[in-house]
Amino acid sequence: MDFRITEDQEALRRGMRDLLTARFGPEDLREAAAPPGPQTPPHGLDRGLWRELGKAGLFALRLPEDEGGAGAGLPEAVLVFEEAGRALLPGPLVATHLAAGTVPDAADGSRVVTALDLPQEPGAGEGPPAAAGTAPGGLVEHLDGADDVLVLGPARVRVLPPAALDADPLSSVDPLTPLHRLRARPGTGLGEGGQWRPGARRLRREAALLTAALQLGSAGRTVELAVEHARSRRQFGRPIGSFQAVQHLCAGMLVRSETARSVVYAAAVSEDEAETAAAALRADEAAVRNARDCLQVFGGMGFTWEAEVHLHLKRAWLRAEQWMTAVTAEEELAHALQRDT
Amino acid sequence: MRLDRTPQQEEFRCTLRAWLTEALPTLPPKPAPSDWPARRAYDMHWQRMLYDAGYAGLHWPADAGGQGATPTQHLIFLEETERAGAPYVGAGFVGLLHAGPTIAAEGTPEQRRRWLPPILRGDEVWCQGFSEPDAGSDLASLRTRAVRDGDSYVVTGTKVWTSHAEVADWCELLVRTDPEAPRHAGLTWLALPMDAPGITVRPLRTLAGTAEFAEVFLDDVRVPVANRLGAENDGWRVTMVTLAYERGTAFAGEVVACRRVLHDLARAARRNGRWDDPVLRRRLGRLNGEFTALWRLVQWNVSHAEHAGRTGGSSVPGAGASVFKLAYSGARQELYDTAAEVLGPEGALDSCHEWTAARLSSLSYTIAAGTSQIQRNILAERVLGLPKGR
Ligand SMILES: Cc1cc2nc3c(=O)[nH]c(=O)nc-3n(C[C@H](O)[C@H](O)[C@H](O)COP(=O)(O)OP(=O)(O)OC[C@H]3O[C@@H](n4cnc5c(N)ncnc54)[C@H](O)[C@@H]3O)c2cc1C
Repeated sequence: MDFRITEDQEALRRGMRDLLTARFGPEDLREAAAPPGPQTPPHGLDRGLWRELGKAGLFALRLPEDEGGAGAGLPEAVLVFEEAGRALLPGPLVATHLAAGTVPDAADGSRVVTALDLPQEPGAGEGPPAAAGTAPGGLVEHLDGADDVLVLGPARVRVLPPAALDADPLSSVDPLTPLHRLRARPGTGLGEGGQWRPGARRLRREAALLTAALQLGSAGRTVELAVEHARSRRQFGRPIGSFQAVQHLCAGMLVRSETARSVVYAAAVSEDEAETAAAALRADEAAVRNARDCLQVFGGMGFTWEAEVHLHLKRAWLRAEQWMTAVTAEEELAHALQRDT
Repeated sequence: MRLDRTPQQEEFRCTLRAWLTEALPTLPPKPAPSDWPARRAYDMHWQRMLYDAGYAGLHWPADAGGQGATPTQHLIFLEETERAGAPYVGAGFVGLLHAGPTIAAEGTPEQRRRWLPPILRGDEVWCQGFSEPDAGSDLASLRTRAVRDGDSYVVTGTKVWTSHAEVADWCELLVRTDPEAPRHAGLTWLALPMDAPGITVRPLRTLAGTAEFAEVFLDDVRVPVANRLGAENDGWRVTMVTLAYERGTAFAGEVVACRRVLHDLARAARRNGRWDDPVLRRRLGRLNGEFTALWRLVQWNVSHAEHAGRTGGSSVPGAGASVFKLAYSGARQELYDTAAEVLGPEGALDSCHEWTAARLSSLSYTIAAGTSQIQRNILAERVLGLPKGR
């Protein structure tokens, strides 16, 4: 056992951080999110950046080398996705990564692939029942900007053109993640048997894990932001970071991000279903609650559009509802207690 | 990032597992929880078995009589003994986890020879006399005085919350030798023989109804200068070595135990029908996620400690220890609060029920070994580098 990040993994992570610092730093993020207002048209994806990400291996990372990939595994993918989450990089990153190898030209960033999650219906058999009241995965991100849609049924997958989905735009809480809502749960309209292939369960688990990695990155970033701000902002003649109430908020944030980190990394190694649920649960909570506490540390400035904090919170809310939600994760983890001894 | 075991680690596990299968059935019956002399005898019997089998002081350096095992092997040991339902260190806690490692790190060859083997063999029990009525979190304000008189110190003062004081042979005692010096610079670490004249031990009843800790009154107690660890007035530094151990690996085995309790809770809830309550079920699922994460955090910390040890750095647990202690103590309390919900009122209000007793004792976890507030101070100032508070 050596759970530490290897030198190669660290180099990969560094590379992604350097690329993102140069191409999508905090200033770019703020610019992308401006100007505010509900009448603003949905932001298009930066195709140039998408291709650069493709060239850097964000999508192809896990493909075999003879298919243009790096032959890397989930741990490596988790590390680069953590960086993407830290930068709050917009776009259907997880879906495109999962589609690489299936959708031609997704791997090198030439095509943008989004996803539609149609998880198991209650009582459908295998696994714990989905909790009552969960929408049947009716939301799709970046539908207008995408070239393909990866559709995950309960057990099988297929690819559809965006136009095949009957969906209305939704005013998304996250200014950088446009959403569409399906008019109705698609049924037979999604095409016949032969176009579906197996593997939805695995893809869904990987999607949950990579989403957790994005959330982990955001959770770590908001700790940094809060600590930087607490060091420099002065009130009552001293830095607010010397007030114990502020210190303890920051310490709590660190505890959340570090416990989430260990289980997200571990789930990448173990590829275990229940551990992935644990990773999703801890990472969602770390991202959402850290963003909230960060906002508190920023005071009135945190409530402005200008500060980066609200973007972390809104993205965290959105990601928490994607793939594995808290209800699903908790039910999965509860059933795991009955399963193994 | 590797979580699999090396062939050596796997062999270590198999050998240990085989030994546990043979050894555990030979243990005498467990003593009553309130019978401390019997508990001491039981815990020391187990320690002796470990010693004879070559597992005593696993994580101690070899030149201190330990096995010089890697942190990972130690973790496997904790995991396997817990899985097999083996006894805890119990009364051996301070000797094996605090005083022993400190003596191993700071003691003279003579001191190591005198004190370490009896700890490993289960012959002598240690307690920790740090806290005082007016010095808890603010340990450096302690007032117990030690005045040099020839080749002895004469010690006067009061210690409190001293766990296992009633059954201990030795006490790692922190005293003030220079009242004029700045607070941290006038302290000294002494090994106090608990049978010395002038010592009065008065047991304190805990809220759980047991008497696991005590007040210790010291009235002109003579302690040989030869019992001093480190230099006079260097006790603070010596003590910090001990506390780092306490906050580091001390609770790793308990995480395994908590995960087993979670499975028991799920089974009990199935039996009594409360499993059908989705709120309770989700609470259990949530706890499963939390303890899964905590176990991985232990492995993460251990991997980093092992690397630091290998590359000549300190293998004393670092900042990760405070993150772990803070998260674990809260999770343990939530675990036994949830257990009460599984039991329902008829069980939750029965103070003899195993889970109710554990619920009561879990309340000390956010207080003992550095309160949660103190851990947050440490994280904020030493890990995050926030400016010092007032
Ligand atoms: C079960 C148990 C076993 C123990 N065993 C031993 C033992 O064997 N040997 C031994 O020496 N001691 C032992 N202790 C004592 C333990 O170390 C102290 O209780 C602990 O350090 C807290 O000190 P205190 O009780 O005086 O509380 P205080 O320090 O008075 O704290 C009271 C409250 O104030 C808060 N507080 C204090 N200072 C600060 C600060 N700077 N910032 C924010 N909040 C603060 C604390 O967090 C706490 O909530 C034991 C305690 C328990 C509960």
